[in-house]
Amino acid sequence: MLHIKCPHCGLRSQNEFSYGGDGTVKRPDLNKEVSDKEWDTFVYLRKSPRGKHVELWHHISGCRQWIKVERDTATHEIFKTSKVNEDI
Amino acid sequence: MQKYSVFSLIKNAFKGHKDWEVAWKDPTPKAEYEVIIIGGGGHGLATAYYLAKEHNITNVAIIEKGWIGGGNVGRNTTILRSNYMHDENGMFYEKGMDLWRSMSQDLNFNVMYSPRGIINLAHSDAQMNAYTRRGNSMRLNGIDAVLLGREEVKKLVPMLDFSENVRFPIFGGLMQPSGGTARHDAVAWGYARQADSMGVDIIQHCEVTGFDVANGKIKGIKTSRGNIKAKKIGLCVAGSTSILAEMLNITLPIETHLLQACVSEPIKPILDHVVTFGAGHFYCSQSDKGEMVMGGDLDGYNSYAQRGNLPTLQHVLTEGIAMLPFLSKLKMLRTWGGIMDMSMDGSPIIDKTHIDGLYLNCGWCYGGFKATPVSGWTFAHTIAQDRVHELNAGFSLNRFNTGNLIDEKGLGTKTWIS
Repeated sequence: MLHIKCPHCGLRSQNEFSYGGDGTVKRPDLNKEVSDKEWDTFVYLRKSPRGKHVELWHHISGCRQWIKVERDTATHEIFKTSKVNEDI
Repeated sequence: MQKYSVFSLIKNAFKGHKDWEVAWKDPTPKAEYEVIIIGGGGHGLATAYYLAKEHNITNVAIIEKGWIGGGNVGRNTTILRSNYMHDENGMFYEKGMDLWRSMSQDLNFNVMYSPRGIINLAHSDAQMNAYTRRGNSMRLNGIDAVLLGREEVKKLVPMLDFSENVRFPIFGGLMQPSGGTARHDAVAWGYARQADSMGVDIIQHCEVTGFDVANGKIKGIKTSRGNIKAKKIGLCVAGSTSILAEMLNITLPIETHLLQACVSEPIKPILDHVVTFGAGHFYCSQSDKGEMVMGGDLDGYNSYAQRGNLPTLQHVLTEGIAMLPFLSKLKMLRTWGGIMDMSMDGSPIIDKTHIDGLYLNCGWCYGGFKATPVSGWTFAHTIAQDRVHELNAGFSLNRFNTGNLIDEKGLGTKTWIS
């Protein structure tokens, strides 16, 4: 069981959260021409590192806020969490 | 190579079983090979075997970080099937079913192939309609499919929960009678033994630490046991593909996720088929030892841990008890996890890459075991001929760029969502 420190609610069990995937993926800028390659990179390509991974989680059974979590994908150690609009 | 038969068994019994040959050798890596396969799992071993058997390429090394049978080939739930709707999947996996049928004879190794039938349960009218459509697609591709009503399912699998007041009543199911199971260790050992006998070097406990690429062409690999040159290199490392791809500066449409499985204590024969729950993600069969073999959802977040988390196991087994209530009386014998490539459309990738001489076999999601023979067969063709076979032409790497996705389940890019 992971224990994730929600920046709004404090330490909660994994059961309250839903995973949102890689948190470093950036959508191509609005109001500009986007190439197929940029869409491909944004929609499909993932680094999927073994080790530190910044990811999004949704505190769906809590405050319902999206948060950022920095976690080790091999050991599941959680290093840091932050609000979604903050740099982690 | 010593042939396995009832006569060799009797002969060796008189000698106290002391004279059996080793099944495969433990060679020191040579300085150069024609082909190197990275990853000594089922797919890598099958690839090396078919390179030797179908294409007469025997100057081949398999480089394995761990040991033969220690990865996903020994961690799956041993299910064989080809009950897919899309043509690319159906034709590919059905070729695999053909290879499964003759595998024990082909490898001179009993892989305990058991075509006991796989039944996907339906729990609504809508699901019966979807299964009708999938069954028809299967039959058009020459794959056996039988739509079962509630009473027919009850005859085949009477211990399912057929009571009236359940949350997900059983409306019927879709059965592929030729689906079933095979013993996964035997598959790995059988391919390893035959590949070795044809001259393939199986090099265990050897970790790949880098690649030698010059002018867009692969030259060799760096390993924990020295540098090895090769004209062609195939990656067959499901679960760890992204790690090797990073060494090559390639980013792939893949995330590594963890899938758990478990077995109960052994009991007398009670389940004759492979049965899957249609209102969630749970599947179950009974092994020849009597254990109930069960699996279901991914843990649901990127993981290289090779061990699972209890909330997911609890969730999966709750579905199991909803489907087969007697499971609640059993003790759990063992649980384990394996890491897998989750591709962005749920289908695999078997293709060439932009690096000349580098070939990619990855993205097997939940379904790598059943594909073991056909994955090796098509990947060997792709490597030997330097072009894809028509059976794996759809599993291209650039389909994510061109939009020709094979989204069998229509899950979008988050195939790990449960």
